[in-house]
Amino acid sequence: MKILVRQGRVIDPAQGIDKVMDILIEDGRIAGLGVSVDSFGCDAVIDASAKVVMPGLVDMHVHLRQPGRQDKETVASGTEAALWGGVTSVLAMPNTEPAIDSLEAVRQLKGIIEKTASSHVFICAAITKGRKGQELVDIRRLKEEGVVAISDDGASVDNAFLLEEAMLLAKEVSLPVICHCEDTSLSGKGVVNRGFVATRLGLRGIPRESEYLRVERDVALAEKTGVSLHICHLSCRESVEIVAQAKKRGVKVTCEVTPHHLFFTEEDCLGYDTNMKVNPPLRRRDDQQVLKEALCQGVIDVVASDHAPHTENEKDIEFDRAEFGALGLQTELSAVFTVLVEPGLLDWPGLVRRMSLFPAQILGLDKGTLRVSSCADITIFDPNVTWLVKKEDLVSKSKNSPFIGRRLKGKVTHTICAGRINSFYEVSADPRIRKIE
Amino acid sequence: MFWKRKDLLGLDELTPEEIEFILATAESFKEVSTRQIKKVPALRGKTVVNLFYEPSTRTRVSFEVAAKRLSADVINIASETSSVRKGETLIDTGKNIEALNADIIVMRHNYSGAAAMLARHLSISVVNAGDGWHEHPTQALLDIFTLKEKLGRIKGLKVAIVGDIAHSRVARSNIWGLTKLGADVVVCAPPMLIPPDIERMGVRVTYELDDALKDADAVNVLRMQFERDGQDAFPKQLEYFQNYGITSERLQKAREGIVVMHPGPLNRGIEISSEVADGKNSVILQQVTNGIAVRMAVLFLVAQGRERLGEDSCKARPGD
Repeated sequence: MKILVRQGRVIDPAQGIDKVMDILIEDGRIAGLGVSVDSFGCDAVIDASAKVVMPGLVDMHVHLRQPGRQDKETVASGTEAALWGGVTSVLAMPNTEPAIDSLEAVRQLKGIIEKTASSHVFICAAITKGRKGQELVDIRRLKEEGVVAISDDGASVDNAFLLEEAMLLAKEVSLPVICHCEDTSLSGKGVVNRGFVATRLGLRGIPRESEYLRVERDVALAEKTGVSLHICHLSCRESVEIVAQAKKRGVKVTCEVTPHHLFFTEEDCLGYDTNMKVNPPLRRRDDQQVLKEALCQGVIDVVASDHAPHTENEKDIEFDRAEFGALGLQTELSAVFTVLVEPGLLDWPGLVRRMSLFPAQILGLDKGTLRVSSCADITIFDPNVTWLVKKEDLVSKSKNSPFIGRRLKGKVTHTICAGRINSFYEVSADPRIRKIE
Repeated sequence: MFWKRKDLLGLDELTPEEIEFILATAESFKEVSTRQIKKVPALRGKTVVNLFYEPSTRTRVSFEVAAKRLSADVINIASETSSVRKGETLIDTGKNIEALNADIIVMRHNYSGAAAMLARHLSISVVNAGDGWHEHPTQALLDIFTLKEKLGRIKGLKVAIVGDIAHSRVARSNIWGLTKLGADVVVCAPPMLIPPDIERMGVRVTYELDDALKDADAVNVLRMQFERDGQDAFPKQLEYFQNYGITSERLQKAREGIVVMHPGPLNRGIEISSEVADGKNSVILQQVTNGIAVRMAVLFLVAQGRERLGEDSCKARPGD
């Protein structure tokens, strides 16, 4: 199989490339990049003129819900949503039922992935058995089994001594530790950011301290142990400041922000829209400003979706009772383009670093670049269209997207994953796009 | 002016004109309750369903009396006896009531935002009879109605709200209503019972009761619920009464004719002394009487609002 992607604006920061080029794909690998590649003998030619062509996105925070909650999402449906969003590699978080905390669980998941995944799926194992924060998993053997990170995501490891021990073991086998930072003695039963919006809605607030005090603790432990620490979904100014200071001191810490924290604020909760109920909560506008700046300046390394599917029965209910979490895979590239690239706050190479190259590097994956001979994972994005996010167009099994009813700029038109073309062309979207396949 | 809303969910979303309009409508309904035959046919043939997920006597009875004086048929559903106990969702319960061709649901719910959610999913009217800590609009309307009746105006009045502001829907609705009509509102409680950034609702905060009562034309005393779930910091009961209880000694330092209100039921000796509750400044029983007129007005207006909107246009909006 030979594919030519023609005349797109190719962005590959790993090679310092940002120019209009052709990409030739052969047998699932990048065979060549050139200014004018001959299409002779190609099985498919994709006209990417006026589009952006980038290495497939790597989303390092995804809940595929399998095993255990296939009513919310499956490896099949989640990776399908990923491709629609231009994501070719996902890191599956371990808060499944049962949790991914043993060799058997990893092997079982690998089997499901092999049979049903449409994109690449990498596995993050739990830090503690059952994510209960009491007994460590066998970190060394899990690493040998192929997991690329460990995390108790969804929960913090409350016992600092245990976390330190996990960090020491993870460092020995060069596994990054991913931390969800939340002190539940402070967040309690809160459901939105503690502040004016919570007061106005009569909802219990989640104070910012519940996050940043844990960021502070986990950074201190990482500094002491020398492990590579990655902090999930920062939501407030103080967390950003702690990470910035730590980076200055040379601590091996990286962190991420979600597209919804870049796009929405606590004020979007004012209609009690439960799709805005996420953990950590949407915070104030000034926090959002700090998150945007930190991402653009590189204090925040990565955009990750925290794709968290939930059924309507769990979401379309009273705000207090609704689950935390929002879909993200299918909309993340358009969302980040809309809030950062299009307004000129971040350039394309910057976006590709944060959504493809850096997450690949943090996880030690051979992804995030279009280098010759690397796996042909390519995302083609049309920056010239605007689309309305509709519930019925979401391909995830769940529909809990906060972006429903919003207009986003730019849309993924093709995702090539390991050389397989997936086309999301919509005739009605823009008459300027011509489909050649 | 015409009433255009099918629901009454809170005072946050109302304009000052809409609040005045409800009060004026209530004014005209007040006389009905003084007649020999206390009934008008305004809602004849309409069905009002009281859907109460929290125990309530006074609000439910007040709504029931109001609906009956408007000649509506009234059905009471309490969560302890209904399919709610069998795990039915709120939306399903609401849709079933709608399928009975009921016209108005009056709902009390322990979760903030429940009334808004129900209203979004139904084309029939929803009246919020209290949702979590969020709003209790008819209570605030009857408080304001009573104040206006007593003092002749709202604009420029100084009103103190004393008690558990953080967990009080009565406080929030009163704050919106009073500030929209031009009153100066001060809220007073121990620090742990003042919710964050409440100043942004347009009120002054004080932790000193004497400071709150100084120059106040009226004080609204909130019910203290010491049986809370233990999630939040809470003062000790005795300590509370000593520092924030409304007693005659306290009132001696306040303005002579200060109006004392309380949404009930009273905790005598906890947030208010019996002497004050039964004393000459108290309008607590007038509040109860006025509650009927205000609720008659609200039921009447939402029924009108729904008819005016036309049933189809109130269906769930796209994107919901």
